[in-house]
Amino acid sequence: MRSSLVLLASVLVLPLEGMAAYPERPITFIVPFAAGGPTDVVARIVAENMSKTLGQQLVVENVAGAGGTTGALRCAQATPDGYTIMMGHMGTHGAAPAVYADLKYDPVKDFVPIGMAAGTPILIVAKKSFPAKDLKEFVSYVKANSEKLNEAHAGVGSVSFTTCAFFNSLIGAKPTRVVYRGTGPALNDIVAGQVDYMCDQIVNLVPQIQANSIKAYAVATAQRSPVLPDVPTTKEGGLAEFQVSAWNAIFAPKGTPPEVTKKLSAALQKALADAGTRKRLLDLGADLTDKEAQTPEGLAKLVQSEVARWNKVLKTVAMKEPAPPPK
Amino acid sequence: MSELVSHLALGFSVAFSLHNLGLAFAGCLVGTLVGVLPGVGPIATITMLLPITFSLEPVGALIMLAGIYYGAQYGGSTTAILVNIPGEVTSVVTTLDGHQMAKQGRAGVALGIAAIGSFFAGCFATLVIAALAVPLTKVALLFGPAEYAALMTAGLAFAVVLARGSILKSIMMVLVGLLLSTVGRDLETGVERMTFGYNAVADGVDFAVLAMGLFGFAEVMRNLEVEQARDVVHKAIGRLLPTRADFRQAAGPVVRGTLLGAVLGILPGNGAVLGPFASYTLEKKIARDPKRFGRGAIEGVAGPEAANNAGAQTSFIPLLTLGIPPNAVMALMVGAMTIHGIAPGPLVMTRNAPLFWGLIVSMWLGNLMLLVINLPLIGVWVRLLKVPYRLLYPAILIFCCIGIYSVNNQSSDVIFTAAFALFGYAASKLGFESAPLLLGYVLGRLLEENLRRALAISRGDLAIFLHRPVSAWLLFTALVVVVVAVLPTIRTRREEVFVE
Repeated sequence: MRSSLVLLASVLVLPLEGMAAYPERPITFIVPFAAGGPTDVVARIVAENMSKTLGQQLVVENVAGAGGTTGALRCAQATPDGYTIMMGHMGTHGAAPAVYADLKYDPVKDFVPIGMAAGTPILIVAKKSFPAKDLKEFVSYVKANSEKLNEAHAGVGSVSFTTCAFFNSLIGAKPTRVVYRGTGPALNDIVAGQVDYMCDQIVNLVPQIQANSIKAYAVATAQRSPVLPDVPTTKEGGLAEFQVSAWNAIFAPKGTPPEVTKKLSAALQKALADAGTRKRLLDLGADLTDKEAQTPEGLAKLVQSEVARWNKVLKTVAMKEPAPPPK
Repeated sequence: MSELVSHLALGFSVAFSLHNLGLAFAGCLVGTLVGVLPGVGPIATITMLLPITFSLEPVGALIMLAGIYYGAQYGGSTTAILVNIPGEVTSVVTTLDGHQMAKQGRAGVALGIAAIGSFFAGCFATLVIAALAVPLTKVALLFGPAEYAALMTAGLAFAVVLARGSILKSIMMVLVGLLLSTVGRDLETGVERMTFGYNAVADGVDFAVLAMGLFGFAEVMRNLEVEQARDVVHKAIGRLLPTRADFRQAAGPVVRGTLLGAVLGILPGNGAVLGPFASYTLEKKIARDPKRFGRGAIEGVAGPEAANNAGAQTSFIPLLTLGIPPNAVMALMVGAMTIHGIAPGPLVMTRNAPLFWGLIVSMWLGNLMLLVINLPLIGVWVRLLKVPYRLLYPAILIFCCIGIYSVNNQSSDVIFTAAFALFGYAASKLGFESAPLLLGYVLGRLLEENLRRALAISRGDLAIFLHRPVSAWLLFTALVVVVVAVLPTIRTRREEVFVE
């Protein structure tokens, strides 16, 4: 059914290809998460500027499900004519192969990279009453008491799950990992003091930190974040190995013509150079990468290294040690 | 007190600008019109209309989005009453008596009492938010995983009371609902459960799919079975507005529903879904003649609708004061705020005071506008029922399909809906009700997740549910509800035996 539709669509599209200048109709921009989440917000901000450059609307279509892999699969199987692209992220194009044994796409082989949009730095936060004043104390406390502690995450495969699995494995901690459906409820229980700590994207956490309802121990980037200038980096705190960012980048399905991907890359880079767009992204706490990482080549390199990294982290440590089953 | 007055004055000065009034009106109108399409609930409506607000000022955009939310919510009740299709979880209960009223030619009265009850609840809830939002935040934080697990258990007890017919059959349907809620990838381990390797259900069965199938499609099939079955609705349209007697009957339920809904709406773990169910349960229990329920009792529409709207409004409290969205609609509002450069959180109230109070006042305004828009529209909606059914049902089916597709943009969802329709049709032929199944489905997931969370935190010690006072009280309530519900049936059965 689906393949016949694709066939039909390609028959309809083929005669047009190469004739007129791309794009001549709106472009479907798949966001593999629900509307309103960090990836969706970054996608919509970037899409607005890119639409102006391309002269056609980028229509955001939220195809949520299975940690973003449903939307990514939809994009991988779409007609590669440049009219279907997607916002991939650290999960769908980095950690997914390690998390989902039955993944039906390959983040490297099934996509053409367009470019990096923006990353959102990862923070380590804990409940307000947590007895540690800086990252060093936090790490040694967690190490010593990890069996008594509860760490919250937003489900297997989520950013909070993978990044905190990395953190726990780095310091050798084995807390009970309490699972929530999404970051919101998990954060709620950190604020209420029901659970002890979590790792998550800065976008979700800034207001709570500013209001002193949770404690922030470190930001996992090379430099401090301008929206939270008082929070030290992991390097300053003595845990330089913990460097992660929930990056968001644009991909097209494999086989998309190079002249099309070039246009898309140029439009993306122009959007990221635009002062208004930059400001909106930075105000969110997002992390804008350097020019080189924004290129398709830079992104291709990143995807390869991320797939390798998460494969190592999740396969060797985290997945083998799930929360102890309730007796 | 004087602080409250000055805050409200600030709010009024923001919300009453011509620009913002216009946006509130536009939001309510568009929300009502889109929300009235069967299958299109508030989430789908807001997602569709979100881009429209991008060019607006943040305050205006939020006011408009809030308007869309109430409008769509109310639109969902309209389809529940007219064509027996709940647009979302909270209007499931409205189908029970609302649609029966429509069949008796009292559709106008049902719609009218729903609008007026909602307005009352909205006014009250706005005041609650304005006066008590900050202290109530503490209540919200009292609820941990153990308390939610207990609350959901109490919710399941309501299902027994919801039953129109056999209690045994309704318990069976609740269990089927619970089973359906376990389909999909397990959050904790990532293992797929009961998906048979089928990707479309990897995240479980969608509520819209289940509800449209069991109610919407199945209802159409039931109607087509009897030739001219809808003539009942055609013949007598009846009064458009409720009579004084109707008001007298509905007043108590509206007040009680408002209170129940407002309290449950505050809980950040989506307690609002329980509001209408709880209100229905209460009304049926205290009614002099509970047999009228399920056969077009006006209390069964008035109470739950008030609870629904009060809960919809107070569910803004966790969002506005904690910055934590309690449900999918509120998560969308967070996204909308973020896109407009406002980070929702505990500081919004002080840093963006005009926005905060403007939004609160606009909630009340939105409710007023809904009343203004909907009372005249009742005539239009009711006239829709005059359309011959052979023309109406294809339209219902098409809109349902569009609605379902728009939720996740998945064509497989539409096919699943058709399958659930067959199931729902067969079940109703055999005397099984769909509403308890939906309740079981909605609560099942929340119950399971919170139960596992609570046990993970207590390291497997079940005593956590009794050590924590709130949870112990809730479990006690559940027990009382079940005993009170089951006792009369046992007694009647004894009497029946005696008569024979």
